[in-house]
Amino acid sequence: MKILVPLKRVADPDNANKVKVNGGKLETTGLEWKPNPFDEYAVETALRLTENGANPKARLGEVVVVSFGPKEVETTLRGALATGADKAIRVDATDEQLDGDVVARALKSLVEKEKPDLVLLGKQAVDGDSNQVGQLLAEYLGWPQATFAGSIKSEDDTKLVVGREVDGGTINLEVTLPAVVSVDLRIVAPTSVSSKHAPAHKYAEGVRFAALMAIMAAKKKPLTEVKLADLASDAALKITYSSFELPPARKAGIKVKSVPELVEKLKSEAKVL
Amino acid sequence: MANILVVAEMHDGKVRKSTHSAITFAKNAGGTFSILVLGQGAKAAAAEVTGYGAQKVLVCDDAYLAAPTAETHAPTIAAAAKGFDVVAFTASSFGKDVAPRVAAKLGAGYAPDISGVKEEGGKLVYRRPVFAGNAFATCSINTPVQVVSARQSEFAPAEPSGGSSPLEDVALAAKDPAAERVKFLGLNAAQSARPDLGEAKVIVSGGRALKEKFAEVLDPLANMLGAAVGASRAACDAGYAPAELQVGQTGRVVAPKLYFAIGISGAIQHLAGMKGSKTIVAINKDPDAPIFQVADYGLVADLFTAVPELVTELKKATG
Repeated sequence: MKILVPLKRVADPDNANKVKVNGGKLETTGLEWKPNPFDEYAVETALRLTENGANPKARLGEVVVVSFGPKEVETTLRGALATGADKAIRVDATDEQLDGDVVARALKSLVEKEKPDLVLLGKQAVDGDSNQVGQLLAEYLGWPQATFAGSIKSEDDTKLVVGREVDGGTINLEVTLPAVVSVDLRIVAPTSVSSKHAPAHKYAEGVRFAALMAIMAAKKKPLTEVKLADLASDAALKITYSSFELPPARKAGIKVKSVPELVEKLKSEAKVL
Repeated sequence: MANILVVAEMHDGKVRKSTHSAITFAKNAGGTFSILVLGQGAKAAAAEVTGYGAQKVLVCDDAYLAAPTAETHAPTIAAAAKGFDVVAFTASSFGKDVAPRVAAKLGAGYAPDISGVKEEGGKLVYRRPVFAGNAFATCSINTPVQVVSARQSEFAPAEPSGGSSPLEDVALAAKDPAAERVKFLGLNAAQSARPDLGEAKVIVSGGRALKEKFAEVLDPLANMLGAAVGASRAACDAGYAPAELQVGQTGRVVAPKLYFAIGISGAIQHLAGMKGSKTIVAINKDPDAPIFQVADYGLVADLFTAVPELVTELKKATG
């Protein structure tokens, strides 16, 4: 199975240095970048799906990672190569040239060239929180989609059974490849992905880390560059962001000393009981 | 003045209550709106939304739409959108799944998770949270038809406004070939007698600190208050609470009247999902936990003794 994984770098949400707003504009200087966590989970899922159960060092298939951005996003791509992806593509673009729709249209062209059986990506990037690239891409390709996957079973390389995490439970879908699947948090639990390993196989929780040797070896793996204009000829953005602001601050609360005091406050002050 | 099509979500032969948030969005946007009810049994379900002031209620009742998949629903929604300026969904998992597919069919821009809308210079501008709610963006959509999903926690469910919107049948659109490659195997519904997180007026949420005693400690309090139960990501990941209870940027976004955060430290991720709550109560033994920065009432205490005491005191207080 050949899997394409779009991978975005985002400002590290856990970094103490948070996104700032200055005169209605977002300020990103001084932020640390890291791969979008959901996309990292997609890379891990792709590696699990293509792992040779009998010989985990060998791949049964190919994992191609792609990222949109300036030269610096190659760090993110090399990171994915170091954990086991086979090749990487950087689509040369600046953030100002991109919205979810442009990315989806460019990915469509890339899919037509690369011909993967599956596009796996995070359900959303944790900066724009837009949750749309996978669905848009599926529609542009005329492929089926399974969004918010918390589990994937691959019995053969023609179909996937996907457990989608939805409001109030889990929807199970069987999708015939090629397809687009977006992943949710729990896809990296030890038994969320089952493919070529023995049924009792358990993965380590979370995403795999790259060994030093693999980081060195990743420098030699293929990384090609494509121009955005060659993939998406119409560069018009469908959404314009005019300004940003910080959320209204909550009024500082108080600390109560005891449970009876808490109940009293809820009753007479907040009037919520 | 925009003419808006509100897409209703169906479940178990009924219109889901979440739909009422998209109706509120349409009312706040001004202009006029209609509601599209599509699914198996849509005709019977449509009666539920005729009293909300819609110009008309469009109905597509077909067994083909029995399962809520994006591939089956998107073609008919896109066809019904003809003549409308905005197609509005609620940002539920159904809305988030299908809305972009509809946008792609219409060549429309899609803005998800709208938290506010207003008209400016004859066009609609939207407010939406980004960076896990650490910033709010103002945006506009540059295409003639626009697709949006409205945040349930920001648009209170619409109340009936009287009158009766006429029903109008719409035909099932030509089927999407992609739909043949998706088989709906079923929904494993979370079994709970409690209110849904999105609709509850009171939510009692617990963190990893509760360990295996998650339900044992929280259930009596939730029962006492008629509350929904929520959980932090850490509690879900550790297996103390099921995934569908997760509140946060990547879980459910909630805004009840009263929110209890019990044994939750308050990672940004969690705060993003509950900051909109009207009154927040935090119980945590760590006085420096970030949750205390957003809590209206904080109690530094061991939750294993404080929560049972709270249940006893509430019983006294509410008789």
